[in-house]
Amino acid sequence: MNFDFSDDQKLLKEQVRKFLADKCPTKVVRRVLDGDETHADEVWKGLIELGVPGTAIPEEYGGLGLSPLELCVVAEEIGRAAAPVPFDSSVVLATEALKLAGSDGQKKKWLPALAAGRATGTLAIAEGPQPPKPRTTRTLFGGGRLNGKKLPVVDGEVASFAIVLANTGGQGERAVSLVLVDLAQAAVARKRVETIDPARKHAELTFKDATAELLGAEGEGWRTLERLYDAAAVYFAFAQVGGAEAAMWMARDYALQRQAFGRPIGSYQAIKHKLADCYVKLELARSNAYYGAMMLTDGGADLPLAAAAARIAATDAYDFAAKENIQTHGGIGFTWEADTQFHYRRARVMALALGGPMAWKDKLVSRLEQKNAA
Amino acid sequence: MDFNDTPEEAAFRKEVRTWLDANATRKSEDKQSFRARNDDPELLAKAKAWQAKKAAAGYARITWPKEYGGRGGSPILQVIYQQEESNYLVPLGFFDIGLGMCIPTMMAYATPEQLKRYVKPALHGEEVWCQLFSEPAAGSDVAGIRTRAERDGDGWVINGQKVWTSGAHYCDYGIIITRTDPSVPKHQGLTMFFLSMKTPGVEVRPIKQMSGGANFNEVFFTDVRVPDSQRLGKVGEGWKAALTTLMNERLAVGMPSGGLDVDELMELARDTELEDGPAIRNQQVRSRIADWYVQQQGLKLTRYRTLTALSKGQTPGPESSIIKIVAAPKMQDMGAFAMELMGPAGIMKEEVPHAAGFQAQWIGGAGFRIAGGTDEILRNIVAERVLGLPADVRVDKDVPFNKMGTKG
Repeated sequence: MNFDFSDDQKLLKEQVRKFLADKCPTKVVRRVLDGDETHADEVWKGLIELGVPGTAIPEEYGGLGLSPLELCVVAEEIGRAAAPVPFDSSVVLATEALKLAGSDGQKKKWLPALAAGRATGTLAIAEGPQPPKPRTTRTLFGGGRLNGKKLPVVDGEVASFAIVLANTGGQGERAVSLVLVDLAQAAVARKRVETIDPARKHAELTFKDATAELLGAEGEGWRTLERLYDAAAVYFAFAQVGGAEAAMWMARDYALQRQAFGRPIGSYQAIKHKLADCYVKLELARSNAYYGAMMLTDGGADLPLAAAAARIAATDAYDFAAKENIQTHGGIGFTWEADTQFHYRRARVMALALGGPMAWKDKLVSRLEQKNAA
Repeated sequence: MDFNDTPEEAAFRKEVRTWLDANATRKSEDKQSFRARNDDPELLAKAKAWQAKKAAAGYARITWPKEYGGRGGSPILQVIYQQEESNYLVPLGFFDIGLGMCIPTMMAYATPEQLKRYVKPALHGEEVWCQLFSEPAAGSDVAGIRTRAERDGDGWVINGQKVWTSGAHYCDYGIIITRTDPSVPKHQGLTMFFLSMKTPGVEVRPIKQMSGGANFNEVFFTDVRVPDSQRLGKVGEGWKAALTTLMNERLAVGMPSGGLDVDELMELARDTELEDGPAIRNQQVRSRIADWYVQQQGLKLTRYRTLTALSKGQTPGPESSIIKIVAAPKMQDMGAFAMELMGPAGIMKEEVPHAAGFQAQWIGGAGFRIAGGTDEILRNIVAERVLGLPADVRVDKDVPFNKMGTKG
């Protein structure tokens, strides 16, 4: 039985953790939240120096060629720090999409640039209200031209390219394809959109006859997206686990220090049991995330099920820890000055990004049915 | 990452499997397991025979030192043995408390002569042991016990009552915690002894549980004489000895095995027709199934993390403290939900497939949430030991026991 990360992987995790504790304390998150910056560029540059963007990019494309396990431990630390950097957008979604569906030419063009930190990418799926679906996708791609509007797009203001879900005219699920579009062209307009988490900036992207190309085969967009989301669910789960753990300890530290009725509030069972529940959810999430990481690394047949379970458990753990952290703090936890808001906001952003728990629970049971039928 | 055995573990597993194949019957595919029912005398005889066989082959207590009949093996080997044994139709459950809690306490406090006399018969299933701790007025707060032991010449006289004593009705020996000094605060006036359950003045009355079973007992002590040589630890240091015992309890209580789980719930949801089609297509039903699947997987995988630490010879982290907190309410809630799916017929013992099984979980879950540490006590333990939060306020901590206000 070897259901744990290796010593080398733990060392990497510790290294990233130390870097972020030093360079990305909560005041940096606050600076981005309060200010106009798209992200904390000095933190991102430091992560590039550490080699983070290229962690799971194969060596032939300029990356470190490490396994998903290494990227998982990095994701946990990014999540713990609630770091305002294009990690989920570029290192997870765009990089994984290229690895999954990119042609050799596309990989050669973009992966080395991503690995070296010369470029970042993002994924553009939603088109405003309504959860994304093949039949309601209005962004059109044909004859090498992309037309339409995508929002919200995480890091859409700074990304070098986007992978866009676009209608290519097929039937049903096959109506949509993934399309790669270089955002450095006049046919692309970018505009910031206000969201619940100003520490992670989102944008609206408008395409007017933008030059673009298919990523993967025409009509395969929805299926590729599903596979991409399974991989992303695992990385997100680690980031959520990191965030949940940070929120739990923040609440615990405050509960030790804050006195009421003559003793620390952390000595009352109402608080103790709530924080114990945070821990229970966190460990369930961690265990499910580990299995997701293992399936992602082995290319195991159980990945779709493991990813869904990791996603559901981690979303629950992070949401719960983030909201009970505020509750434990009482009134001070609801002020703009308090650090509690960072995880509360980020937890929700991460919960919605790949589809919420309701959708994933439905997906999980479908996959369980398929497995049982097999 | 992988779930594979190390070469040493694989070799041991193979050895165990070969031995089990030669000595026991493998369970068939259906999940009908040979669950220990402690109130069946024939089952006890079979369990004793199986224990004797196991002990003779050196599998009864793998982590114990060789001098006590163990193999001096690592905890992971013990787990591997149990994993393999659980695939066979063998009667289990009678010796967990004795070998998991009582005898380890004896090892810590008894004399070499006593160990020579008692360890081997316990290991070989000839003598069964019980733990006499809880009382009607001392459950979670077990240091509040009132059973007295008073000095009388070179011995002690015990008077009082114990309760929830698993297996007392068939046990030969027990370890008992008593109050020897009521004039000091409650944790300080306790002393531990062991005694024969056949000692005059010991009376065992089974308690019929809500589930219909009768594994638990009340045990009454009327002028029970125990020689001082049967004292375990110093006078007044019974709490310390009790902690040695209780440290092992949550491991001994462990997980209920062979119960119905998500697979059976899905089967039921497929076969149940709601107004708008099969229950499995209903989003509320799917959402509950998903939640329980995530918990079921989470528990299994958390155990794998613990086993990984054991396999590497490390001390496991605190993650296993979540297991009973999750497993017990899940058992109760899933049982109740499955019954709801069956409609009004969910209350009947037959007719609907799995009805009896889910009803048993719904009933049993109510008990499992209490046994071996309640949901609430376990949350306190996580909060205090894992998160480092302060212990509960103990208003009676420094008050002499006989000056305490509560007599309830």
